[in-house]
Amino acid sequence: MARHVVLRAAELPEGESRIVTVRGREIAVFNLGGEFFALVNRCPHEGAPLGLGLRIGLSESERPGCYTHSRPGELLRCPWHGWEFDIRTGQSWCEPSRLKAKAYAAARESGEALVKGPYVAESVPVAVEEEYVVVEV
Amino acid sequence: MTVDVDPRVALPADAKLRLVDCDIHPIVRSTADLRPYLDPCWHDYFDQFGNFLVSPYTEAHPYPKPTPALSRLDTWPPSGGPPGSDLDFMRAQHLDPHDIELGVLQVLWPTAARQRNIGYAAALCRAVNDWQAEEWLAREPRLRGSIMVSQEDAGSAAAEIARCARRGGYAQVMVMPRNLEPMGRRRYWPIFQAAQEHDITLGCHVGGLNGYAVTGGAGHCSFYAEEKDSNGFAMEAMLTSMIFEGVFEAFPRLRMVAIEAGLGWVPALGWRLDDLWQRFRAELPAVKRPPSETLRERLWYTTQPADEPEDPQHLRDLFDWIGWDRVCFASDYPHWDSDDPRHALPVQMSQAERRAIFRDNAMAVYRLG
Repeated sequence: MARHVVLRAAELPEGESRIVTVRGREIAVFNLGGEFFALVNRCPHEGAPLGLGLRIGLSESERPGCYTHSRPGELLRCPWHGWEFDIRTGQSWCEPSRLKAKAYAAARESGEALVKGPYVAESVPVAVEEEYVVVEV
Repeated sequence: MTVDVDPRVALPADAKLRLVDCDIHPIVRSTADLRPYLDPCWHDYFDQFGNFLVSPYTEAHPYPKPTPALSRLDTWPPSGGPPGSDLDFMRAQHLDPHDIELGVLQVLWPTAARQRNIGYAAALCRAVNDWQAEEWLAREPRLRGSIMVSQEDAGSAAAEIARCARRGGYAQVMVMPRNLEPMGRRRYWPIFQAAQEHDITLGCHVGGLNGYAVTGGAGHCSFYAEEKDSNGFAMEAMLTSMIFEGVFEAFPRLRMVAIEAGLGWVPALGWRLDDLWQRFRAELPAVKRPPSETLRERLWYTTQPADEPEDPQHLRDLFDWIGWDRVCFASDYPHWDSDDPRHALPVQMSQAERRAIFRDNAMAVYRLG
């Protein structure tokens, strides 16, 4: 397990996602209100590229006629069959015990902290004055 | 039969299974692409009137759809145009990575088959069939076409089947379950006659809009989820009509594939129809054999959208009941519910079983060998 610098934080604005490759693995990185999260770019159902999915909210209904919508942008809808995953945990909303997209720890780090190491930055040169997205793989 | 091979385990290169995909959807970039293929007699009609269908809507579907163009979000070609409109992108995203040996095209749009103006319907069907031949079949030897026919005008449909059979390159005559009358009625028999005469398989792809509620008389439904579920029972109703009207006795060499309707209902339909046939022989004297035998010997069924029982072993039970020689893989690329051949049927199969479902059964029913 190592900490990989995958992006400059400024490259991934709020609400957006990006697919990066770390140690041969495709990982989808998300900016959720300034917090960063990372999921394997592979749906556990049939292998679709999750990073191309639609960001949606949570629609719930206590009973017919009563509807709520919350957590806008925090769920990911698979671009193929529409399975929904919680971006924070990778858990499937409908079958959390059976289907889970592997989640990686992701964080925002300052260049100043990073240069003290240890970290891996194969393709992202780190400068002290910038901020970066770091994923643990 | 030995069951020892996990489908996810890669086979050695020399034993690698090439696939036949029974359901790939190509589409025009816009309907203007068809104009050069349309008989000039109909150009003015095409320009002035365009689509006018047997159902109330011409450019929209009467039920909601879950994704733009009903497609996977990753299938929009970078060249522009809707999913399924770019052969090079289809090769790169689907045909090459899945090592597809042969794929059967199913054209859904424009719905030439369901134009209200039957003269235009026949002309537009010819244009769609020639467009397939020129833009797809001539450019990609792995693809086979579907003969689009005007289902409500069986005479012109039969003539078009004969024309396309002479031309070659088509794997099937394509029909849909929802027509103005149940498909077993005599008015549709010239289609079956022509398919049998030219030894071309009849492929029934789910869908068709006839203006009636898809629920089969229960009224118009609210949700896409309901409309999608109706595909199975629309296919059941169509097969019931064809079997009880005696189509399979009248055309003893007719072969038929039920496409995209699922599999779980097939054995139950056989049980129920046998029961009815035994009790009401006076009503159905033309039916000589138990319906379950017809379903078992004259029909083939495609896998997508794959049934996903909680216990995947139940898929094996289903294949046992339907017949391992009757089930054919289909992807439905590029639609949202398309199946990836590597993951869609997560059940252990022997190499022989996999070969049958992913290749040999389709080769047999479509005479592709």
